Amino acid sequence: MQEDRFPGHRFLPYLLILPSAAIIIIFLIVPFIQSVQESFFTTNPFGTKTIFVGLRNYMRLFASSDYHKSIVTTLIFSGFVIMIGLSMSLAIAHLLNQKIRGRGFYQIALIWTYALSPAVAGTIWALMFAPATGIVPYIVAKLFGGYVLNWMTNGKLALLVVSAAATWKMLGYNIVFFLAGLQNVPGELLEAARVDGATGWRTFWKITFPMLSPTTTFLLFVNMLYSFFQVFGLIDIMTRGGPGDATNILVYKLYRDGFIHMNSGSASAQSFLIFIVISVAAVIQLRVATRKAVYSR
Amino acid sequence: MIHILLILLVAVIAFPVIYALITSTLTFQQAYSYPPRLIPGNQLWTNITQAWERVNFGRLFFNSTVISVVVSFVKIVLALLAAFAYTHFRFRGRSILFPMTMVTQMLPLPVRILPTYHLMASFHWINSYYALMFPFFASTTGILLFRQFFMTVPRDLSDAARVDGTTPMRYFLQILVPISKTNIAALFVIEFIFIWSQYLWPLIVTTTANMRVVQIGLKMLLASEQIAPEWNVIMAGTIIAMLPPLVVLIVFRKSFAEGIAMQSEK
Repeated sequence: MQEDRFPGHRFLPYLLILPSAAIIIIFLIVPFIQSVQESFFTTNPFGTKTIFVGLRNYMRLFASSDYHKSIVTTLIFSGFVIMIGLSMSLAIAHLLNQKIRGRGFYQIALIWTYALSPAVAGTIWALMFAPATGIVPYIVAKLFGGYVLNWMTNGKLALLVVSAAATWKMLGYNIVFFLAGLQNVPGELLEAARVDGATGWRTFWKITFPMLSPTTTFLLFVNMLYSFFQVFGLIDIMTRGGPGDATNILVYKLYRDGFIHMNSGSASAQSFLIFIVISVAAVIQLRVATRKAVYSR
Repeated sequence: MIHILLILLVAVIAFPVIYALITSTLTFQQAYSYPPRLIPGNQLWTNITQAWERVNFGRLFFNSTVISVVVSFVKIVLALLAAFAYTHFRFRGRSILFPMTMVTQMLPLPVRILPTYHLMASFHWINSYYALMFPFFASTTGILLFRQFFMTVPRDLSDAARVDGTTPMRYFLQILVPISKTNIAALFVIEFIFIWSQYLWPLIVTTTANMRVVQIGLKMLLASEQIAPEWNVIMAGTIIAMLPPLVVLIVFRKSFAEGIAMQSEK
């Protein structure tokens, strides 16, 4: 691991790391510390005076029903994107992970949604669900005796549609990683299970799934980051947090409070709370990843 | 049997984009016909020119391309250098610096967004390429990817180079980088798509139409409608917006898949 392949070059390694480290310190670590600092202050409406308020920004958030609602919306949204998205992707990857003709074609034909941006996905799904003219409301009206499907007025439906759009966009990425993970499951192991008379279903849950755990944990983390942050463009294009606050997930609320209502204290407190959730998830992810490394030695 | 299932899956997943493609070929009236029209029209070129002119798409496309290519390139170079240091040298502070690099995974833009914005303002970088590029230059993914690969490079290779009197930097440039081709291509795909898709940051740090990026162009197209969304024009814009990353993914698909596979095995 810690090798010294070129002894005697004392300054070179620092020089090599310097550009990355400088970027990380200047644009990531220092702003983050400032953000934590700002969360203990409040600025008057004219932006002329900054007052120390201790934990008041946090207290306000904890007491705010808007914030509670945003947390619940985020949980539903992320839960949908992660659970439905990962199960579907795993099923598709599993289906694809066998000797079939045209595998290369299927592979690219199933993963290309990875290249779409959340904003593009949002625009296309907004078209499909466009009230009165989109294809989906049309099909629903045909099937359910003229039922009017309008996600622009129905909050629950809006949340479902943005969740489905976000999940669809992420399928490609998830399939790529599940496929790579599945290809690393030793064939002999599966063969042995088959010879012993284990069913496909049992083999999958007893052997394949546990062996995939580093991939699954990694994807859980990536999908969490995706559904927390990267979907911003999708939400902004499709619903802008509405109707009402139905799709106002945490990152969108943060943007509104920080850049539209100019409430930097509250926005910084929100940033810090999101950071705590992310870092807990990151630590769990790293733990699982390193545990695997130990096993495989 | 399995082919029927797979073809069905391919079709279902592709359907939204096929529908978007069809819509981009229709006239405004056709896009609003009831039942929805699923037969392509012949207005694709008209719609593309419309979208292009309406929000100055050419300029946005140029901005997005420059940003995505430059940022991906810089990220790859910085990650290669850092990974080289972490795998080939022993130095003091390594045990602090490496975890620090990893911690940045926990610091996505939204958890530091206001101060980063203020930093741009204090550099007078608002509405400039600098603001759109600099905060993205560090790549944890890249450092991890190259580090993992460099650790598998046999020691004999560097030993031979050292015995021959090759300097570390020459060994890096003439041996290490060339054998990392697959990983470089894989990282290029990942970073290009990542940067091309950025939305929140360009939205807040750019203020004039000529500094906007393609993703924001979509928002502008959607907002520029007077009465009802001109889906035919909007979809033409959407198709343009999705092409470059799609081309990058398809061109480098082999290296991309191999790079990911290498990454997942230990």
